[in-house]
This record gives sequence, structure tokens and C-alpha cells, in this order.
Amino acid sequence: MTTLHVNGRAHTVDADPGTPILWALRDTLGLTGTKFGCGIALCGVCTVLLDGHAIRSCITPISAAEGKKITTIEAATDGSDPVGSAVRAAWVKHDVVQCGYCQSGQIMSATAFLKSLPRGTQPSSADIDAAMAGNLCRCGTYARIRAAIADAARTLA
Amino acid sequence: MLPEAFTDALPRALQHLLEREQPIPAASMSRRTFLKLAGAGGLALGAFPLTAMAQEAAPKAGALKPTQQPTAFVHVAPDGIVTVAVNRLEFGQGVHTALPMILAEELDADWSKVRSRHGSNDPAYADPLFGVHLTGGSNSIKNSFVQYRELGARARQMLLAAAAARWNADVATLATRAGQVLAPDGRSLGYGDLAEAAMAMPVPEKVTLKDPKDFRLIGQPTSRLDAPAKSSGRQDFGLDVRLPGQLTALVAHPPVFGAKLRAFDDGAARAIKGVKAVLRVPVDRGGEGVAVVADGYWPAKQGRDALKLEWDTSAVDKVDSARQLAQYRELAGQPGARQFDADMAPLAKAPRHIDAEFVFPYLAHTPMEPLNCTVRVAADGAELWVGTQLPGLDGGAAARVLGLKPDQIKVHVQMAGGGFGRRAVPTSDYVAEACEVAKAARAAGLDVPVQLVWSREDDVRGGYYRPMHVHRARIGFDGKGKVLAWDHVIVGQSITTGTLFEGSMLKNGIDKTTVEGMRDPYPLPMRLTVHHPKVNVPVLWWRSVGSTHTAFVMETLIDEIARSTKQDPVAYRMQLFADQHPRHRAALQLAVDNSGYGKKRLPAGRAWGVAVHESFSSVVAYVVEASIRKGQPVLHRVTAGVHCNLAVNPRTIEAQVQGAALMGLSMCLPGAAITLKDGEVEQRNFDGFALPRIIDMPEFAVHIVPSADPPTGMGEPGLPPLAPAFANALARLTGKPPRELPFKLV
Repeated sequence: MTTLHVNGRAHTVDADPGTPILWALRDTLGLTGTKFGCGIALCGVCTVLLDGHAIRSCITPISAAEGKKITTIEAATDGSDPVGSAVRAAWVKHDVVQCGYCQSGQIMSATAFLKSLPRGTQPSSADIDAAMAGNLCRCGTYARIRAAIADAARTLA
Repeated sequence: MLPEAFTDALPRALQHLLEREQPIPAASMSRRTFLKLAGAGGLALGAFPLTAMAQEAAPKAGALKPTQQPTAFVHVAPDGIVTVAVNRLEFGQGVHTALPMILAEELDADWSKVRSRHGSNDPAYADPLFGVHLTGGSNSIKNSFVQYRELGARARQMLLAAAAARWNADVATLATRAGQVLAPDGRSLGYGDLAEAAMAMPVPEKVTLKDPKDFRLIGQPTSRLDAPAKSSGRQDFGLDVRLPGQLTALVAHPPVFGAKLRAFDDGAARAIKGVKAVLRVPVDRGGEGVAVVADGYWPAKQGRDALKLEWDTSAVDKVDSARQLAQYRELAGQPGARQFDADMAPLAKAPRHIDAEFVFPYLAHTPMEPLNCTVRVAADGAELWVGTQLPGLDGGAAARVLGLKPDQIKVHVQMAGGGFGRRAVPTSDYVAEACEVAKAARAAGLDVPVQLVWSREDDVRGGYYRPMHVHRARIGFDGKGKVLAWDHVIVGQSITTGTLFEGSMLKNGIDKTTVEGMRDPYPLPMRLTVHHPKVNVPVLWWRSVGSTHTAFVMETLIDEIARSTKQDPVAYRMQLFADQHPRHRAALQLAVDNSGYGKKRLPAGRAWGVAVHESFSSVVAYVVEASIRKGQPVLHRVTAGVHCNLAVNPRTIEAQVQGAALMGLSMCLPGAAITLKDGEVEQRNFDGFALPRIIDMPEFAVHIVPSADPPTGMGEPGLPPLAPAFANALARLTGKPPRELPFKLV
């Protein structure tokens, strides 16, 4: 039994401690907003926050999350978190999404990135690229991801 | 193979299918094609495509009776919410915004109250021209523009008639605006208030469509209807389907396409907690696999990893990429089946020559959402939840596997996380596999829904690639760049041979999808011949299909002729287009004007590259700036000129062009090749088969040529000219034109 703290709630999960967080979220807790893309941390679609840091949930076992807080896309964009809300608003304003499948991961990486910046910092395009380089998008939404993150940073400043 | 149930229904429809030269759909559908449908409260209107009507006459088509149709294209709820059913898969291209815009335009709906939903394999949702369910060939807007306008206009007329009856007024005195019917005396009624009464009105015989100058939605840059859900993790995709009791299946696939299982030991797999069954199942191309069915992906994967498998590959060809390339090169040295002919006598005595060989590898589609299909089987039918471009065909395959009739299969089309052609498989490979697993599970006592999931490794190694190609060109031209003779050979597998698309796509032994994009629009004396070797690697259309390679060959060679005769590549193309190709001219000129080409001085080490190409009836021109940094080509800036006739949603078109261009760029960068050794695919995941990342994304500007002509598609045409434009810039930097993708700079 592993206790996971997900989006402010504690859940007891009866699964092998080696089970990746991704599958505990999707298959046990029914939180399907976090996506599966590659299973080996190469594409970033499974990104969630673990104690505020972006991690790849497809390779991080639930045993590594005990005593820590997991935040998924569902909570990051529900209006309770100002950074997540700003990112979501910028995503909609810039019509970032195409197929949309990678965007949960993109938004979680962007949220973690903006949270990591000292308040009022406006990231450069190169900063944004460096922060987002681990998230693949086959539709090619990258130009709007750049614009949306810059915009979200401005609204948070 | 051809699903038997469809053999009599499809050929009529397929005679046009994907025919690139087919005309823009002519207007009006007859009133008979519009049939009122009983909906759950409110107004429902459905359109029955002509082929569906034809199918109705056939003995099998009893299920197509309109009175039995459970679905509708437009539904106006009492609260005024207008839900538009979309007869196409949404997989990023924005069709679930653009088609509702078109319908809402003629309906005069309040756009803030418009929603969209997917159709199904119901006959209503077939392509109105082709009569089959299809998302492909950049056809959605092109083929359904008039259809959705007429649906909207008819629904509006019925709402007006209902208002006239309510007010006892002359319908001619009434007007509509943003979801309301307005009377001359100032009274108004919302569409929601009228919906139920409107449903009782006869479907009007004739409707007058708006004058395009009165459009208030069409042509406006419009936000996607799915943006909020997709920006918050609330959008469900096929992989997010969760049915009561559902289990997850992973299949161990043979290492070589079509190989059989000699023996397997599933003891360790069965011992894993959560594993419910291990099942031997038939897989694509006559192969065999082992399915592990479990209560979740992780136990299913652990179970699959624990299988001890012995494969029998003795009866299947084992492809080796190096050997295959040598064979292709040899074939390219001889003429094949003839597509175009011209007098090759001037070749020998031409003053100048280019002798060029091009190599293109297999490419995987790798949509970000791994392939999946959820199946629920009952005694009298089955339901499928799948993001598919061909729901009718996949439903037919499911029927074949499950021993049911096609009308016993319901395909719930799911939002798809990309596709790029991989969800339009003539063999229905992964859908058939999901049905095989569900069938075997049911036989083993697991009477529950089963979700087949392909891991990324299954996807990368699972075949259905853009075919590998070798092109060989011998060109004779004069000092002014006039081509005297162009002898061209293409070697590559046929995509449609052996599929039900063969009848319409294969002519004189040549697959149209191999040669599309060759020669035209340039007036060239070209002899084009083709070899289609048989290779044990399944191949498929990959976004923009033949133009993925033909545009590269044509646009780099045209550029090379211009370069070698010291002519400006833009001026040279314009001279060849002459007055014959105004859309090419306009697209190229727009890109040139907005790029600064010919005016702006580039930083040292950068060069311009130009390419223009028509595919799927739209023309895209790129002017790019590129350089070479640490031996690697870098694309800095792209300016696009687009001609797609009327731009329905310029915002989506911009996104489609950027995305298609990035997919074009993906062909150029390291890691963009699927290779085989001893019959096995050598790449496994995104480490071996690499995709561009945000750092690879150039600055990008999209400009659209204004036009009021009926719209053409934009799902694919942005892809083909990117790689040649990039290559042409590199040729200017290095003096050596790249002739192999991905680029190999020395």
C-alpha cells in the first residue's frame, strides 16, 4: 500500500511500489488528464509536479512520491493556482493547442518553469526553449507555446 | 485485405477516392438528401450523402433507413446551445471549429453557443462526395463546405417557419441574427425557444445561401472550440476511454512483420498481480502475437515483458536497409512503368546536365497519442471507441473479425492525439488486433471491454511507414535554363497495392500516391517511370503522401537548374509558371514580399531558400533563412505564402502551416529514419526515431492570399515545400545540394 497525495487529497494505492506515478494516476485514480506518450521520459506528455518540480511520471515510481505532493493538470488549471491559471489563460488566448494530446505535459512544464522564476522575471525566448526542450509536440505548436509562456509571464509580473 | 462486407458498397465511392484531380464539389444537394431526424428534443437535421442513399437500395443497407437514424448534424437545445456533429476526425487540424463555423454562418447562430461533437460510422457521416467515412486527403473543408452551409441554411429556414407560425406572421418579413428570430415590430425569439416547433416544419426544398460578402464568421480568425478543454486536461482522447470493468491489453508483436509464434512460456507473466489472461492472437499480415490482458497498463506491460517468446521467422522476408538501398539503386538505373513520356533524344546533346540520385528513408508517423482501440463485444453487436480516420472501414474490419455484420458495429469516433495518416489504415491493423484480443478474451471468459494500447515501441516498430524511395534524375538543359529532356525514375513501394484503394489509385501499374507532385506545374519534357518493389515492410500515407518526396526532388532540382544558370530562383520559377499558374505565382510572391527576399541583407553565414508546391489543391510557398552551425543545418526563419482559396478560419490555417512545416522539418533532422536489419526495425522509441523540439522551431510568419473561391484543404499542403526550401538554402551555403533525407552534411 502506498499513500499518494494528489491534488490536495490523500489516496491509498494498492499497487506494486515500482508502478510509475503515471499509471497510478490514470488507471487507479482515474485522473486521465496526465497522458502517456513514450514511457521512457523522452516526450514529456506525462509531466506532473512533485513538490512543485516537474517530473516525468512515466518513469517515477509511486514509492518516490510517498510523503510528497503530486499536482496534476486537473488541479494546476482549476483556478486555484495563479501560475497554472495564467498559463491556462495564455494557452487559450494564443490557441496553442492542435491535437492537444501533449498539452497537459507542456502546461505542467511551463507552470513549473514560471514558478521557478524570481517574481517579475520576463524569460527570454532562449530561456523558454531551454525549459521546454523536453516536451515533444508532433503537431508543431511550439511557436505558440513560446508566445503563450511569454504572455503568461507578463500577466504574472 | 478487403473487408468482405464492404466489397459491394465501396467501389462506387472509391472511384473518386483521393483522386487528386477531382473538381471542387459542385453546389446543391437535393432535398432528398436532407432528411429530418427524430432527436431528443429540439431540432435535428441530417444529411444523407448520395452514396448512402445508393447503399440503401442494396440488400444489406436496411440499417440506413433515415427514420432509424439516431444521429443528427445540428441540434438546437431548448437553452439555445447549438451542437454540430462533425463528420470528420478531429486530430489537431481544427475541423471541429471550422465545420461548425460554416454551419453556424448560414444558421446565423450565436457563436458563443455553438459546440461540436464527433460523428460515428453512421452512414450520415460519410464524406458527401466519396460516400465513405474519411478524414484524409485534406478533404474535410473542401468536400463539406457546401454540405455544412446547406445544413445550416435549412435549419435556419425551419426556425424561421416556426417563428412565423408562432407569430402568425409572413416568414418573408422575419430576419435572424445571432441565434434569434427577429420580427419587424421588434419582437424576438431565441432559437432554443423555437427548436421544438421548428422540428415539426418540413425540410425546405430550396435554400438561398449567403452572399460571401455577408459572412460574419467564415474568414474570421476564430479560436478553437476545443482550446479550453485541451488547455486544462479535460479533453478525453481514445486512450482516456474508461468503461465499467474495462481491462487493458498489450500485445507482444512478432519481431519481423508477419512472423509466427513457435512457442511461448507465459508462466511468469501470469504470476504478475493484475494479469487476467495471456492470449495467443492473430496479428497483421498473417502474423501471430501474444496479448497480455490486465487491470491496467502497468501490469499488462510487466506481463508482456515477462513473456518468453520463440518466434518463427522462417517464412517471412527479412529486410535489410543497406541491401534494400542497393537494390533500389540498381532498379533506378533502368526505366520502369511509364507515367509520363517525352522525347529523350535531346538528353545526350544538351549542353548542360544534372545527374542526381535522391534517397528517402522509411518514416514513422508517431502521433503523440499512442495507437489504441477499446472494444466491447456483446452477443448481438460490438462497440468500438477509437480515434480513426476511416470509421466505416474500421467498423467493417471489426465485423469481419468478430463474425458480425457491419451494421452491428458502432464506432464511436474519439478525439485523437495526432494521426498524420496512421489512423487511416486500409488493413485496419490495430483496430482488427483490438477486436482479435477482445474476441479471444471473451472466449476465455473475460466478458468485459478491452482497451488495446500500443506502447511507443509498438508504434515505432509497428510498420505502416512512409515508404522508402530512391529517385534518379538525368536532366539536359541549355545555358538559359531551358530543360530539353528530363529522364526520371522513382523506386518505392506502392501504398495502395493489395488494398481496397487499389482500384482507384493504381493505374497501369503505377500508384498515384507515388508520383503525385511530379513535374507539374512546370512545363517540362519529362519521362517518368516507376518501379514498385514488393518489400516485407507495411507502408502507408504519411501527411502529404507522395509530395513528401516528390516536392523535395522537384523543388531542389528546379533550384539547381536556376543556380547553375545564374538565375534568381524566384524569377526562374515565375518565368516557368508564366500565366498558367496564378495561384503558384500569388503564393510565391506573397512569401517573397513578406520575407524581405531580394531586399534584406542576411547576416553572414545565412542564405535564402525558396520552394513552392501544390498538393491537395492548395499551394504553399516558403522563403526561408538557414545557416550551418557546428556542422548542423539550422532553420532560422520561414515566411509562408498560402493559396487555399477562401480561408475559412485563418487562425487554424496558420497553425496547420506551421505544424506541417515542422513535420517537413522533421524529415531533415538527425534521427528521421526507420531502418531495418535482419527484418527487424532498428529504432524503438523517440531516442532512435527523433522528432523536432521547440529549439528547432524557426520564427514563422504565415500569409494567406485573399480569395473568395471555394475553399481547398490545408491539413497537408504546408509540409512538402519546407524540406526543399531548407535544402536550397543549404546548397547556397555549401555549394552541394542535399539529396538525401535526413540531411547528411559532410
